[in-house]
Amino acid sequence: MAKVSMSVNGKPVTGEVEGRTLLVQFLREGLGLTGTHVGCDTSQCGACVVHVDGRAVKACAIFAAEAEGAEVTTIEGMADADGSLSTIQQAFQDHHGLQCGFCTPGMVMSAAALLAENPKPSEAEVRDYLEGNLCRCTGYHNIVKAIMAASGQDVAIAAE
Amino acid sequence: MYAFEFDRPATLDEAIALMSEEEAQALGGGQTLIPTLKQRLAAPARLVSLTAIPELAGVCVADDGALCVGATTTHAAIAQEAAAHYPALAALAGNIGDPAVRNRGTIGGSVANNDPSACYPAAVLASGATIKTANREIAADDFFEGMFATALEEGEIVTEIRFPVPEKAAYMKFEQPASRFALVGVFVAKFAGGVRVAVTGASEEGVFRWTEAEEALSANFSPDAISGLSLAADNMIGDLHGTPEYRAHLAKVMTGRAVAAAG
Repeated sequence: MAKVSMSVNGKPVTGEVEGRTLLVQFLREGLGLTGTHVGCDTSQCGACVVHVDGRAVKACAIFAAEAEGAEVTTIEGMADADGSLSTIQQAFQDHHGLQCGFCTPGMVMSAAALLAENPKPSEAEVRDYLEGNLCRCTGYHNIVKAIMAASGQDVAIAAE
Repeated sequence: MYAFEFDRPATLDEAIALMSEEEAQALGGGQTLIPTLKQRLAAPARLVSLTAIPELAGVCVADDGALCVGATTTHAAIAQEAAAHYPALAALAGNIGDPAVRNRGTIGGSVANNDPSACYPAAVLASGATIKTANREIAADDFFEGMFATALEEGEIVTEIRFPVPEKAAYMKFEQPASRFALVGVFVAKFAGGVRVAVTGASEEGVFRWTEAEEALSANFSPDAISGLSLAADNMIGDLHGTPEYRAHLAKVMTGRAVAAAG
């Protein structure tokens, strides 16, 4: 076991981890932050996407020890300071961008990373950016609408 | 995943020392290695993470105009930082996997792994790049030795890939839609001294140069130049995604598209 220290959602945290402890295990089992989901554990579904130093990564494909000293943001850190839903989260609610909700944490984290990089993406860019986030319920249209709305753009999408 | 010792050295010298230990394995971005460890297809005694070594990351331009890419530079960083100097390489990097994979995966990891369907080996071979390790330089033509096999010695660490920049180049990938690896990908690079064509995803031997197409394109750099050529299906990969004949045909089609895209 080795000690690991990082910042998670703005708070300094430390813990004991094995070399093989994945970041997602440290977040969920070590810190009790169970909003980050493990959908496939084969790094395909994107339900575990978190931000490490501002970049979207799959928390099931990085060891906790690799995040030593990093700034990590999870879905628990996405609400506004007063606890209300952030613009992206509110847009997912307004546009029914989820059904079962299992993939939603990863979708919101990917959407936030996209909009940080590209504040006014086209619909095609949104779909392209979500390539690594699988949703088995919605058919994606409402997720795309929610992200377009969160970027302050028209939500009419070409696929309909 | 079996247990292992984990090290995250801050200097190359420390990494080299750790890699000399029994059953040590270098870790780049882990986007292939971590899933492999989970499936217990690899069981190293020690993982040596290279991503905390500052001098191994980043893109620069050498005095001779070559593009130097540090081994732990991520696909996302290459997509951005190589765009001005070597746009075909940047475009290839920006279309690997998905955004979260591109934020972790590294060029050194991909090249050292030499997956027969990975994108970078095609760029490295077609560019005639040089693979630098901690103690030597290896020409791309000597580096790739077959499926998942390279000229790297036990414990040898890739530090940099140095790409001569072609006059014109393009990479065309026919994507396997679930894995986003290349079902077949072709990188075409036109230099003053001739054209190099490298094909990934197709052969049981891993990435290879299509020398007939290189000769034809060196004489006439247009898609028509290869219309009379065909690749033999012997040694091509056959699986549920495509037969050897299909891959051989696809390699020719993607070569033509790459030439057209390179202009």
